[in-house]
Amino acid sequence: MKVPISWLKDYVDIPVSVEELARRLTNAGLEVEAVHYVGLPMPEDTTGLDFKVSGLAWDPEKIVVAEVREVVPHPNADRLVLARVFDGQEEHMVVTGAPNLFPYKGQGPLDPPLKVVYAKEGAVLNDPYNPGQTMRLKRRKIRGVTSYSMVCSERELGISDEHEGIIILDPDAPTGTPLVDYMGDAVLDIAITPNMARNLGLIGIAREVAALFGTELRKPDTRLPEDGPSIQGRAAIRITDPDVNPRFALGLIEGVRIGPSPYEVQRRLRLAGMRPINNIVDATNYVMLEWGEPLHAFDYDVLRERAEGGAPTIITRRAQPGETITTLDGETRTLPPYAIVVADTQGPLSIAGVMGGQESEVNPQTTRVLLEAAVWDPITIRRVSKALKLNTEAAYRFSRGVHPALVPLALGRALRLMQQWAGGVVARDILDAYPKPHRDPVNVITPRDVQRYLGLNLSAEAIADLLRRLEFEVTIEGEGPDARLVVRTPPHRLDIGEGVVGRADLMEEIARLYGYDRIPETRLADELPPQVSDPRLEGETQVVDTLVKLGLQEVITYRLTSPEREARALAPGVTPPPEDAYVQLLNPISEDRRVLRRALLPNLLEVAERNARFVERQALFEVGPVFWPREGELLPDEPAHLAILLTGPREPEYWTDEAPETMDFYDLKGVLEGLAQALHLEEPLRFEPAQHPSMHPGKTAVVYLGARAIGHVGELHPEVAARYDIPYPVIVAELELAPLVDAIPERYTIRPISPYPPVVEDVAFIVDEAIPAAQVEQVIREAGGARLVRVELFDVYQDPEKLGPGKKSLAYHLTYQDPTRTLTDKDAAKIRKRIIRRVEQTLGAKLRGG
Amino acid sequence: MLEDLERAYQNALAELDEVADQDALEAWRVRHLGRKAPLMRAYGRLRDLPPEERPQVGRRINAMRDHLQNAYEAKAHALREAALRRSLEEERIDVTLPGRPKPIGRLHPTTRTIRHIVRIFQDMGFQVFRSREVETDEYNFQLLNIPPHHPARDMQDTFYVRTPGAQEGETPPVVLRTHTSPGQIHAMRFYASLNPENPPPIRVVLPGMVFRYEQITARSEIQFTQVEGLVVGRNISFADLKGTLNEWARRMFGQHVRTRFRASYFPFTEPSAEMDVECFLCGGKGCPVCKYTGWLEVLGSGMVHPVVLKNGGYDPEKFTGFAFGMGPERITMLRHGIKDIRFFWSNDVRLLEQF
Ligand SMILES: [Zn+2]
Repeated sequence: MKVPISWLKDYVDIPVSVEELARRLTNAGLEVEAVHYVGLPMPEDTTGLDFKVSGLAWDPEKIVVAEVREVVPHPNADRLVLARVFDGQEEHMVVTGAPNLFPYKGQGPLDPPLKVVYAKEGAVLNDPYNPGQTMRLKRRKIRGVTSYSMVCSERELGISDEHEGIIILDPDAPTGTPLVDYMGDAVLDIAITPNMARNLGLIGIAREVAALFGTELRKPDTRLPEDGPSIQGRAAIRITDPDVNPRFALGLIEGVRIGPSPYEVQRRLRLAGMRPINNIVDATNYVMLEWGEPLHAFDYDVLRERAEGGAPTIITRRAQPGETITTLDGETRTLPPYAIVVADTQGPLSIAGVMGGQESEVNPQTTRVLLEAAVWDPITIRRVSKALKLNTEAAYRFSRGVHPALVPLALGRALRLMQQWAGGVVARDILDAYPKPHRDPVNVITPRDVQRYLGLNLSAEAIADLLRRLEFEVTIEGEGPDARLVVRTPPHRLDIGEGVVGRADLMEEIARLYGYDRIPETRLADELPPQVSDPRLEGETQVVDTLVKLGLQEVITYRLTSPEREARALAPGVTPPPEDAYVQLLNPISEDRRVLRRALLPNLLEVAERNARFVERQALFEVGPVFWPREGELLPDEPAHLAILLTGPREPEYWTDEAPETMDFYDLKGVLEGLAQALHLEEPLRFEPAQHPSMHPGKTAVVYLGARAIGHVGELHPEVAARYDIPYPVIVAELELAPLVDAIPERYTIRPISPYPPVVEDVAFIVDEAIPAAQVEQVIREAGGARLVRVELFDVYQDPEKLGPGKKSLAYHLTYQDPTRTLTDKDAAKIRKRIIRRVEQTLGAKLRGG
Repeated sequence: MLEDLERAYQNALAELDEVADQDALEAWRVRHLGRKAPLMRAYGRLRDLPPEERPQVGRRINAMRDHLQNAYEAKAHALREAALRRSLEEERIDVTLPGRPKPIGRLHPTTRTIRHIVRIFQDMGFQVFRSREVETDEYNFQLLNIPPHHPARDMQDTFYVRTPGAQEGETPPVVLRTHTSPGQIHAMRFYASLNPENPPPIRVVLPGMVFRYEQITARSEIQFTQVEGLVVGRNISFADLKGTLNEWARRMFGQHVRTRFRASYFPFTEPSAEMDVECFLCGGKGCPVCKYTGWLEVLGSGMVHPVVLKNGGYDPEKFTGFAFGMGPERITMLRHGIKDIRFFWSNDVRLLEQF
């Protein structure tokens, strides 16, 4: 909300500078985001200011209130005139093209003179033709006439964009006074949070200022002038649903003359961000900005006409199916069925709380005004405003809640201003339908509550004093920490609840006014909670840390993706999952981020693709959730996955070395084996040949943990790799994390080191190529028994001539050891024989060189 | 005989001077100290001398042999020294050549910052509590005191999830969580379930990914992480909130860093506060990062709203609490001078490897 300081000062004295005021308001929860200076001196150093600073300061010596005493034709130019201007000390002839002076051209001396803003030679003004730039007035000739000063428009002074004519001030403007003293201003732009709807009017802000500085709030006169005949019988109100329209009131003013508002009113409206229209509409807006209660003015005669000359009945009701209305912006709108309309017996007149209708709006011929003040259900107004995309000032306020007690105040105030600005007589009485009276909550708090909630030791009196500053009525019963403060909510606030909620609401007010900075700091002294461990989190952290230790870089990618992005990682011919296999967004930000990922791998490939332009070697992993819809469940499954990607040279290139080899399947398998080892899994991961839709059919394994397949590891299918434009083979794995983490044992025991020397010997078997190495090793281990402590494959060899076609040789270092004694040659020979026999028998192997 | 030996002896000494390497030295040793050397043979011929001459000649031969032996050892030592010096000289390397690079594994900067934040709270007795990322509207909003159509929903643009069976136009009941706050409800309900009659106190931190319906720009992202905290107990006050968060800030940003609390608004806390820390880049003097205010906004906080306590299974007549939330990416950006939030999920290894 935009708050001009000069306007605010109508209601409260401000004992500090603009900057200090902004700071105090911000600390109290009324965040001042920016200050726009319109005349007042600007701070020279903005360091330490929490808000943006902009605007123009007016030099008190050089920019003054002046009077135009006569307007004469320019000798050499039809589009210019010469104004005889008196600046309080002397007269000047000023050249101007302001169209609003032309009507006075050649009229002789003006009585009374026109009050204007006069800028002398050397004055700094905004450059009207170069937004954001300033200009300094210099002496020059315009069409043969010397000019060194000017009469100013609002744009030149930074008041608004208005540059059609010059400012014509109100007649009582004091000639010769520095303009900054007369109307210098600064506009605070305050962000009003939803709980502060009561401050969507200057009175609200002024009340906060008064409370913060302990000064007095001056409220304007809101009594009805009541100088005409009664409104009774001249209109009627019918509320059909008090839940959405708890209060509706009408007042009447007759004999008004529509015209412009006083200049000062127009200036204030502009600074507050509204466009002046005419004195009647301006009065409604002025009161809305003042009190926060939006008003609506109808042309009473239009309503009478629609009522065939009788007294109109104003009806508030829900819109009928398909009902339309032409709003005052000229648009014809179809109303949603939940919209509320203000109607008469002929049809809708306005969209309640949002925007008025065109037909009954005040126009230059209007002489009688029926003025509406009402309150509406905030949720309904919010829905309607959203649905129709009409974010009006009225809808903004009603959707945040307006207190019904403001209805008669705003009506009285507005009718008073209308009479002041447009003449006429105000009808006696108002019509006030208030079927659902509001009850302001009464809460009870104690100093003990304040101590417990805020850690603040305040007396009942001190607490009452803080609350009274915001117009809470407080009575104190009893004494000491258990004294009861009975706190009645003032009739302008809807944000104070009852019971425990009301108590918390009051604590906030006490803390705000006391000052957050003054509340003490304490360490938690409350009982320590039960300690609950999260083994999944601990396990995941262990997995992540192990992968980092193994030299991999963690990445985090978008959860949001598209089915197409994921399908890109599938080999040709693989059918991608259907759209409804994904968790889909109803309102995606873009097509390529419209679903939640089902896998990590496609994201990891995209990361590698981007990085491949800059680096050769990549070793990446991500740990995070994937999202799978579940049949018949509202919420999807969110299992955590682990994905790993390796590509490029095994080691970083170095000047002494041969070009390093590129990473292959076994590098990633080694990472997984290292991980399993570091996690102390009780049994090793098993790898069996398998197929995966993204992977090379001959270089892929399914990874087993016990009997459970937890994922795949393999080289990326070459055709998939080609799509991602990565120059080296890409090795990837994607595993479910939970089974891995759950398999981490709570504790593990250490194998003792035998003091007796081991026997190491080599053995090589020739087996069919198709027999997996893992199977050979398994047979060796089973046959070797407990004394076979280590089996280490050191050579794999194929040579059809020496070994025969379809055969391979596997060579092992075997280590035998006994924890209780030194093994003899005979012992070793026995184990060896057993192993050879078993491998030959079960796998059809032949001992090489045997 | 002695004259011959004296000559051979002098000869040997002269030859030794010429010896320049190990092989020549060995040949010299064989020649002059070996079994067939004249001096060695002379021992055998002592018998041929008259007995009275034998002792004198024997002593002289011994003296010559010992001298040659010593000279030999001195020479051998000198040759070894020279060889070692030579080889050390030859093995000299250029120590200014670059070291052999080792691949280093690293955590993502977001993970690092989250761990840093969480570690400090863990030292104060907080435990990590995690919850799901796809949430019901109820958990993400309603139970946090944000009913449908509440203006606070404007503050958080929300991704809604298509749910099978939802009526057209009906408020979709499933969202991508817009904050980690639904975890507050999950945590409270979990702890309350441990003893519903007399729920235990709570001290948890809730790190996790959250989502906002935003355009992706240098300043806004569709996903980012949050670390939220929740403390519930019978005697938790706003002063505890200030004390706890100040302790955290001092450990996170420096022992002497100043903080300030400003009134703010969140639907799920009351009173609510923003905490700023003195800009640690300029020491509060004003710089572009703090936009010359001297302060950096780092977290939002407040006393847990009674409605939220109640929704979590804690009687607000008996329990109070505070909650807070902060953005690890923002803190990472401030600490490391990162200007563009898109840095985080772009995973450019050239940037990641600087952490
Ligand atoms: Zn700074």
